[in-house]
Formats: sequence, C-alpha cells, structure tokens
Amino acid sequence: MSIWIVMVSLGVLTFLTRLSFIGLLQRWQPSDLVRRALRYVPVAALMAIIVPELLMPDGALNLNPLNPRLLAGLLAVFIAVRTRSVTWTIALGMLAFWLLRWLLGLLGM
Amino acid sequence: MQNHPFDQFFSGARAELPILLGVAPFGMIYGILALGAGLSPLAAQAMSAIVFAGSSQFMLVQLAGAGAPGLVMILTGFVINLRHALYSASIAPHTLGLNPVWKGILSYLLTDEAYAVSILHYNTDSAPENKHWYFFGAGLTLWTGWQVSTAVGIFLGAQIPAAWGLDFTLALTFIALVFPVIRDRPTLLAALSAGVTSILAAGLPYKLGLVTAALVGILVGLISERRQ
Repeated sequence: MSIWIVMVSLGVLTFLTRLSFIGLLQRWQPSDLVRRALRYVPVAALMAIIVPELLMPDGALNLNPLNPRLLAGLLAVFIAVRTRSVTWTIALGMLAFWLLRWLLGLLGM
Repeated sequence: MQNHPFDQFFSGARAELPILLGVAPFGMIYGILALGAGLSPLAAQAMSAIVFAGSSQFMLVQLAGAGAPGLVMILTGFVINLRHALYSASIAPHTLGLNPVWKGILSYLLTDEAYAVSILHYNTDSAPENKHWYFFGAGLTLWTGWQVSTAVGIFLGAQIPAAWGLDFTLALTFIALVFPVIRDRPTLLAALSAGVTSILAAGLPYKLGLVTAALVGILVGLISERRQ
C-alpha cells in the first residue's frame, strides 16, 4: 500500500476522532458523573505517554535506577512542580539528561 | 486578559509558545526519521499536515521503515490517536454554540499540546465567550511550529545525530504540562494508575496500552473521589 494512502486514511480517521464529540453534540449537558470523569482526561492521557518514554526508552522495560531518562524525568517533575514553567522544565530536563548520559558514560555504566 | 477575539487569540498563542521549545526538536527528529524510513521529503512534510499527531507519526515511520503492511500502520496510528476522542469529549461542552466551520478547524487543531493549554483556559472562571479564539491561537501556534520543525528536520537530515536523544523533549513537555495541575489526591491517583497501567499494558497489540491506561486513570480518579 502506498504511504500516501496510509497517510490520508490515518489523517481522515484522526480528524474524525478529534471531531467526534465536538462535531456531534449540539446541546450536550454532560451529566455530573461524566463531567467529573472528564476532569481526569489530561492527566491520565498524558501520563500514559510520559511513563513509557521514561521507563521503556528502547521498547523494553528499563528499571535501572541509573537510567538517565528516568533520573532526568524525575528531576523535571520536581522542576515542573516548583517553577510551573514549561521553559525551565524542558531546558533543565534536557540539560540533566545530557549531563547524566555523559557522566554515566565516563563511569562506564 | 481582555475578552476581545484578538486578545484571546494572542493569549493562546503566547501560552503555547514555550511548548514549542519541546515540540520543535521532536518535530525535527520526526522529519529525519521519516526520510530514514524511505519517505520522500514531500510525503514526510505532508504527513505532518495531514495526520498532524506526533506520536502516531513516529510510529508510522518506524513501521514504514520495518516494512509493515499498510493496514497495520493505519490501525496502529488510529489506536494511538484514540485518546483524542477523550479530548474531544472534554472540549465539546465548551464549543456547543460554534458553527461547523469553527468546529472543524478546532478539531483539526486538537493535539495533546493545544488541548492541555486550552482546557486549562476553558476551566478558568473568566467569561466564556471568545475562548475558542484562545484555543485557535494555541492550536495554530503549535501547528506552525510542527510544520516548520518538520521542514527543518527534513532539510538538516542526518546533521542532527539520533544519539542526541532530542526526542526526550516530548516527555519533558508533557511532564511540564501534567505535574503542575496535580493538586488533589484523586488526580494524583489517576496519574499514578495511568502511568503504571501504561507499563503493564505496553505489550498489547496496536498500541492499545495507551488508551487503556488513560481509561484506567480516569476510572481510578473517579473511584478515589467517591472514597473521600
């Protein structure tokens, strides 16, 4: 199958997924239960992306406490909570990641 | 902040700008990987405009490089992007009165990063009118950043070695968006359970683990709320 067919099919499916509730609902008043459930969407969905990025960088579980992505990620969590700044979290997190990889490389780990 | 559409638009754009620091390296890496997987520069760039969803684009070029069948690629990408239906449900109560053109544009721009910024704004107490302009500003800023960084990645190609690990900026961006909003116990438990499930369910086919983990997180948040 040509990559163009794949791309257009996935583009249409993704757009329809994004449009789903926004497009269908004209006068939706979500019930209290649904409203409360939706509050957890951002945190739950983004955590499901973050954690594998930290613990499964190469597709396999890496629980080594010297895993640089895990260590730099934990530092980034601390920075994010303390500064509430996207810029600082990304900049310092990336710097820590590179430093840790360099240090662990020096130590031969 | 003023309620005028343009003020809302620029506020949204400004809120999205720092996020580009994390998205731009990720977009560049995508461009490089796409060429490495054998896509033409045109196809690589078109995918950023047509699919416009980073995680699924990464997966797609990896699968393309491995010679996976087209249907597997479509299905996997679709499942990865299913979480956008949750975002859509979450935004929908705020966009009820908009005309179909607005709804179409905002849906096209509904990415992780634009959603995270806009839903925070929708949930503030300020007057509801014109908040879609804020979403539009945030979404268009992210869209522009994604297209430009893809083009830079395609242009620079192998001059940016994969060993730099620039893809890590994606995780850092999401960390910056998620952790400051964890303020109570149910939200913390929702986050932890989604994280643990994402690892336990990582082996599910077609990347079903992602949306499974999101749903488990939502459920755990609701249950722990009731226990309080």
